[in-house]
Amino acid sequence: MSIKSLCLQKSLWLFHFGGASCNNCDIEILDCLTPRFDVERYGMLLVGSPRHADVILVNGSINKRARSRLLEVYEQTAKPCLVVAIGACGCTGGIFAEGDTFAGPVDKIIPVDAYIPGCPPKPEAILAGIVKLVQAKFG
Amino acid sequence: MAENLFYFLVFPGLLFAGVVGGLLSWFDRKVTAWVQFRRGPVLMQPFYDFLKLLLVKETIVPARGSVLTFLSAPVLALSGASISAALILLPAFGITSGFRGDIIVIFYLLTIPSISYVTGALASGNPLASVGASREIKLLIGFELTLLLIFATVIMKSGMNISLYEIIAYQQQNGALIGSLSGVLLFIPLIFCIQAKLGMVPFDIAEAETELSGGAFIEYSGPPYAMIKFTKYIMLFVLPALAVVLLLGGLSLTGTSILWSVLKILAVVLLLTLIRNTNPRLKVGQAMRFFFIWMNALVLIAIILTYSGL
Ligand code: SF4
Repeated sequence: MSIKSLCLQKSLWLFHFGGASCNNCDIEILDCLTPRFDVERYGMLLVGSPRHADVILVNGSINKRARSRLLEVYEQTAKPCLVVAIGACGCTGGIFAEGDTFAGPVDKIIPVDAYIPGCPPKPEAILAGIVKLVQAKFG
Repeated sequence: MAENLFYFLVFPGLLFAGVVGGLLSWFDRKVTAWVQFRRGPVLMQPFYDFLKLLLVKETIVPARGSVLTFLSAPVLALSGASISAALILLPAFGITSGFRGDIIVIFYLLTIPSISYVTGALASGNPLASVGASREIKLLIGFELTLLLIFATVIMKSGMNISLYEIIAYQQQNGALIGSLSGVLLFIPLIFCIQAKLGMVPFDIAEAETELSGGAFIEYSGPPYAMIKFTKYIMLFVLPALAVVLLLGGLSLTGTSILWSVLKILAVVLLLTLIRNTNPRLKVGQAMRFFFIWMNALVLIAIILTYSGL
């Protein structure tokens, strides 16, 4: 494994993009930072600016207004970056898929590297998803 | 010339201070994790972070901003930090630079990182960054006077020596300066000044993760941000080392006293970490009042006590 991918894999900084979420997924993402789950032991940190991010966590359904914001945040992120769609809303649209203002699941707008289904997914599932993503990307 | 370059780039400047500072930043994060009943990151974490930013990530420059100033600010910050590392650590390890009055130069050099953060933030053209920059300047105005008064009192207490080497020599003959009442009174504002200089909670006003989302550093990515990180590592080593040199009797690299020196640095960093973990962030006005009134008052009392020989 090259030093580059080792360093990237050991220090994934997360940026949290909440679309039109019902807020449950947001809470479950924050759960990952609590003492019980503690993602910092894998080197993951929640950062406030997309310029610092390596992973964009997208949750919630993306509606017409959120669409352009999501695109902008994706373009603002320093590459290489990974995108993880969290929750039924992020993966497919979930219960909002047939809504009037729905603008497509996340992978219609930006390329998605991993899907973590669930409504909301448990923190364990989010951690497992990210571990699988790292294994698939970096071997 | 070659010797000076070595001092500046390898030991005890850039490389040495950065690596030790990285380890200290791991210590800081690990203790924070313990305080919150978490596991915390692995030992190499600061270096993974740094190398990732340096080698993997791309650099984004702001479209509406001054690119040259934006990119040169981290370089300036890093060089200011490493020169001050060399100037502080050389006498601390008992190598005299033969430079009288270095304590005054150090005072100026230590402000270079903050000033560069401010210029970089203002050059980025981001409104959140400029709010961060203005807060950083206000904070600087707040604690700089206190720090200057502390330096002056230390000079007074060590028999009007303005060279760091002689201040340490004085302490080795007459005992550490913190051994007196005024020394203890000086140590408290010094710790808070260091806290503010490092931008740690309760003085992380300029970075303000929650409302400014990175503040002054919001636009930095890739290698320039790696440089800022490295500057922060260096400062995390240099400022506690300065506190140890000024009040706690200096460091030493011989025999068992190495252990003692390491413990002194770790104790100061531990103190900073505990303050950071047990306090909420102050508003910038509160922080300025804290330094202008309370910390300056403490230093003034220390000056009076020093005059009466306590
Ligand atoms: S997936 Fe479920 S829990 Fe998550 S935002 Fe959508 S509706 Fe809420």
